[in-house]
Amino acid sequence: MSVTDNSPAPSETTSARGRLILQEYGIFIAFLLLSGILSVSNEYFLTPGNISNVLLQTSINGILAIGMTFVILTRGIDLSVGAVVALSGIVAASFATTSATAAIPGGPYPAVLALAIGVLVGVACGALVGTIVSRFSVPAFVATLGMLSAARGMTLIYGGGKPVPALTPDFRFIGTGSVAGLPMPVVVLAVVFLVSWWVLSRTRFGRYIYAVGGNPHAANTSGIPVSRLRFSVYVISGGLSGLAGMILSARTGSALPQAGIAYELDAIAAVVIGGTSLSGGVGRITGTLIGALIIGVMNNGLDLMGIQSYYQQVLKGALIVGAVMLDQKRNHG
Amino acid sequence: MTYLLEVEGLKKSFGGVAALRDGALRLKPGSVHALCGGNGAGKSTFLKILMGIHQRDGGTIRARGRDVVYSSPAEALSAGIAIIEQELSPIPHMSVAENIYLGREPSGRFGGIDFKTMNRKAQALLDRLGFDIRASALMMHLSVAQVQLVEIAKALSHDADVIFMDEPTSAIGEKEAQHLFVAIERLKAEGKGIVYVSHRLSEIFQIADSYTVFRDGRFIGDGLLSDIDRPGLIRMIVGRDLGEEFYKTNVPTDEPGLEVENLTAPGKIDKVSFTAHRGEVFGIYGLMGSGRTEIFNCLFGLDTPSEGIIRLAGTPITVRRPRDAMDLGLAFVTEDRKLTGLNLGDSLRNNVCLASLPEMSPRFSMNRRAEADAARAMIDRFAIKAARDTMPVSGLSGGNQQKVVLGKWFLRQPKVLLLDEPTRGVDVGAKREIYRIICDFTAQGGTVVMISSEIDEVLGLSDRIMVMRQGRSAGILARDAVDASALVNLST
Repeated sequence: MSVTDNSPAPSETTSARGRLILQEYGIFIAFLLLSGILSVSNEYFLTPGNISNVLLQTSINGILAIGMTFVILTRGIDLSVGAVVALSGIVAASFATTSATAAIPGGPYPAVLALAIGVLVGVACGALVGTIVSRFSVPAFVATLGMLSAARGMTLIYGGGKPVPALTPDFRFIGTGSVAGLPMPVVVLAVVFLVSWWVLSRTRFGRYIYAVGGNPHAANTSGIPVSRLRFSVYVISGGLSGLAGMILSARTGSALPQAGIAYELDAIAAVVIGGTSLSGGVGRITGTLIGALIIGVMNNGLDLMGIQSYYQQVLKGALIVGAVMLDQKRNHG
Repeated sequence: MTYLLEVEGLKKSFGGVAALRDGALRLKPGSVHALCGGNGAGKSTFLKILMGIHQRDGGTIRARGRDVVYSSPAEALSAGIAIIEQELSPIPHMSVAENIYLGREPSGRFGGIDFKTMNRKAQALLDRLGFDIRASALMMHLSVAQVQLVEIAKALSHDADVIFMDEPTSAIGEKEAQHLFVAIERLKAEGKGIVYVSHRLSEIFQIADSYTVFRDGRFIGDGLLSDIDRPGLIRMIVGRDLGEEFYKTNVPTDEPGLEVENLTAPGKIDKVSFTAHRGEVFGIYGLMGSGRTEIFNCLFGLDTPSEGIIRLAGTPITVRRPRDAMDLGLAFVTEDRKLTGLNLGDSLRNNVCLASLPEMSPRFSMNRRAEADAARAMIDRFAIKAARDTMPVSGLSGGNQQKVVLGKWFLRQPKVLLLDEPTRGVDVGAKREIYRIICDFTAQGGTVVMISSEIDEVLGLSDRIMVMRQGRSAGILARDAVDASALVNLST
C-alpha cells in the first residue's frame, strides 16, 4: 500500500497563468509599446537608417550588459567594466596605431593581434577580480570597485594620460565596417548574444550558474564547483568588456583614457530592466538584450523629438526604478 | 467558561485558491493546546492571520471575550496575542534587552535610551521566568533554544496571555526541548494560554492538555488529549487509517557498506568509528552540537578530517570534495532543505537533475529529454504532488519538497545514503512515505546512515543506533536493546 500526504497538489489558476505570461514577456511588451509609440509619433523612427543607428548605439552597452548578466546571476556585480573598456582599448590601440609617438615599437601590428591583446587584457582583469572574489571571499562590489579604480589608473599610466590616435583601417573595421549591410558592432553583439543565450539556457555550465546564484550552499552539496563558477563569470565579463573596448576605440578612431566612464551603470540598468534579479539565480539573457534596446530606443526617441539629453538621464533613472518596482509588485504583490 | 481566545469560521484565499476554509480554535487560560494538521492543512495561514500578517476574508476572533480586529503584528500584540515563529528573526548584533524592548526602549536624558533601566527590567523578567540568560548578552552569542526563550520573554513583556509557538523544537535538541517544556509549564501556571504547533506527536502528548486538528483548511475536531490515543490523533490528522506508523521491512546483511574508523576533525568530532552494513539503517542520535552532522560533512567532502579511514564496501576511499563522494556512490540529504538542499526559486525538474548533470549530459550541451524523463521518473517513484515539473519548488509543501531532495539523490542511484533529519517539518503522511522509500532502498541492498533528533523515528527505523555526545561516540546499541530513556541518558 502506498500512502501519500494529503495536501492537494498545487494547481494554477487563470490569473496565475496570466501573471506568468506577464512575467515572461512583460519586458518585451513594454519594448514593443515604446517602439510603437515612437514610430507613430515620429515618421523617421522606423526607417532602416535609424534602426541601424539604434542598434549601433546599443551594441556596446548590450555586450557589457550580457557579461554583467552572467555576473549578476551568481549574486555578484561588476563595477569595473567601464574602466576595463578604457584599459583594453588603449592597450590594443597601442598595437594598432600609425602614430609614431604612441605606438609599440615595430607597430602597427596586424589588427587581429591587436584585437586579441585587447580582449586578453579584459580577460586578465576579470581573472584577477574573479580570483579575489572566489578565493579570498571579498564581496564582488568591493573587488570590482577596486578594479575600477586600478584599471582607470593603469589606463592613464599606460597612455601617459593622452589618447592613442590614428588607428589602422584594419583595426577600425570592427567598429566602422559592415557585413551584409549590418554594422560590425551589431554583428558582434548578435554573435555574443546567441552564444550567451545558448550557454545560459542549454548547457550544464549555464545551469550551474543559475544554481550557484539561486542557492550556493545547495549547489555546493550537489557537487557543483561553486568557486570555479564564480571565477569564470568575472572572466566572461572582463573578456566582453575588452571586446566592447575594441569596438569603442575602433569607432572613434582613437583610444581615449576617459572612455567608458559610467558604462557599468548603463550595463547594470539594462540587466535590471531586463528582469534579472540582483539577488541572483533569476533572469534571462533575452531580457537583458531587450533592456539594453529599451535604453537605446528611449535615448534615440528622445533625440528624435528634440528633447535635451539632460532629460533623458532623468527618464532613464525613472525607467530603472519603475521596472524594478513592477518586478517587486509582480513577485511579492 | 470564558476562553482566552475564541476563533470561528476563519477564511482566507490567495488568488482564488482557498488556503483556509474554516479555521476554529478555543483556548482556555492556563492550558497548552496543540494545533495539529498535515502540511497544507492551513495551520500556517491560520497563524499568519492571528499574527496580523494576513487579513482574514471572514470569521471572528475573540480575545478575552471581545471581538478583535487588527492588521499588523503590533496590533495583534496589543490584543494580547504573541507568536513565536518557527524561523526566529532576532537582531544578532543587539543585546537581549534591546531585542526584548525593541521599539519600546525606556528613554533617558536628552532623548537617548536608558540602557541601565532597560537591562535591569529585562534581567528581572528573565529571572522571574527562570531563564538562565544575561540581558546584556548579544543575541548572536545565544543558542537557538535561548533565542526562543528570549522570544517568550519578549511576548510576556508585552503582557501577552496567548502565545503561539510554531514548531519550537524543530531546531533544538532533546535536552533543550525539555528546558522549553519546563518554561511552558511555568507559563501555564501563570494562567497563560499556549497554542503549540508541532508535527512531533510525542511532544504533543507530553506537554499539551487539549488539541485541535485541521485538515484541508478546515477545522476537523478538538478535545482533550486524555480522551484520545496516538493512532486516533494520527487518524484525525491524516483522515484515514495509516496502519503501522513506522515502516520496517529491511533485513541487514553482514556485508559492510560504509566503514568509518577513528574519524577526527579537531574541535568537531573525535575518533568516531562505526560500520554500517548493506541492507541496514544505521541511526545516529545526539543533541545539537554533538557532532552528528559533522560526521556527514567529513564523509561527503564538505569538511576535511585530520585523521581517519573511510571504507566503502571494504575499499578505502579518499574524499576531498562532494563530487568525489558522489562519484563513489554516496548521497547526502542535508539537514535543512531550504538552506542546503534545494534551489527554491528553480523548478522541480532542475532541482531533481542538479546533482546529476555531468552524468546526464556528458557533453557541454544539455540533454533536455533526459532531464524531463528523470523528473518524471522521480515524481512517479516518490508520488510527488506538483502541477508541472517546471513549477518552482518553493510552491510545494514541505513533504513534497523533501521528496524532491530525495529524488535528486536517488537519481544518482547511490550505494550509501546519508540522511540528516530526513523528515524534519514533514507531516505524518509524507513521513511514512519517506520511511517506505528508505526501507525499500535498504531492502534492495543499499546502506543508510540516518541522523535524527526525533527519538521515535530513530528507534522505529534504525537497526542499530550510535549515540553521539560532545563529538564522540557514546556507544552503539542494537535496536532491541535500547529505549527512549537509554538514548537520552547516553546523549547527555
